[in-house]
Amino acid sequence: MNLIPLELYLALSAILFAIGVLGVIIRRNAIIIFMSIEIMLNSVNLSFVAFSRYMSDQTGQIFVFFVMAVAAAESAIGLAIILALFRKKQTIYVDEVNLLKD
Amino acid sequence: MQKTVNLQLISIIILGVLAIASALSTVLSKHPIYSAMSLVVHFFTLAGIYLTLQSQFIAVLQILVYAGAIMVLVIFVLMLLNLNHEEKQKLSIQSRNSFGIVLIAVFIIMLSTYLFSGSFVYAQEENVMALFGPKALGYVLFTEHLAAFEFVGILLLAAIVGAMVMAKKKLVD
Repeated sequence: MNLIPLELYLALSAILFAIGVLGVIIRRNAIIIFMSIEIMLNSVNLSFVAFSRYMSDQTGQIFVFFVMAVAAAESAIGLAIILALFRKKQTIYVDEVNLLKD
Repeated sequence: MQKTVNLQLISIIILGVLAIASALSTVLSKHPIYSAMSLVVHFFTLAGIYLTLQSQFIAVLQILVYAGAIMVLVIFVLMLLNLNHEEKQKLSIQSRNSFGIVLIAVFIIMLSTYLFSGSFVYAQEENVMALFGPKALGYVLFTEHLAAFEFVGILLLAAIVGAMVMAKKKLVD
């Protein structure tokens, strides 16, 4: 009855992960890099849920729960770092942050 | 029977296209606030995709945690920082653009040749609610994975304290 192959979800997840990598590579705004990391985490979650459904295993969904908790912690810390960076350097563009260069 | 299959396929295709489009718009928008709004759309489409996988618990969690908590945090920081200058002329690091696009093309070609080389895997019919319902997942979470659950609690506490310490004014002066 369910005629959607697992590979459709995996391909979607791979494309979303690639878009996230693209964002991290080409953008210079730290907040957008941060959002791209969230896109990558979400694409991995999609893989976990798809595998969990197709293999009839609950562990994938439990893992998604933990990934979400860690992502929430990461977002709090990351945004605090961005705020501290903005206070110190008045910028959030990653190519203007070169504290270790000189 | 045929009709339900078509409906499932149509919904997953629409949601997938929307997810890819909103992710691209997140990555490529000029202003960060447009990126944040596209990211909210992205999170909602992913919740819809989880619903097509019959994983209601994860779908609700996705909306609560990502579209609710994390996006509020991101938008608050965007409003605090007040960035309305100089993003126009230098959107991205020019030297990395071609490198990034080539890398992504290679990545997608590699993955697609791998994914579509073998035979497809289809889901079995079973009682999904007994396996992925909130009751079943909660039971597994609080028995088999109880230690990990407690450690995640400690991690979140540490993250709250760390964020407060780092966002304080005294640290950077």
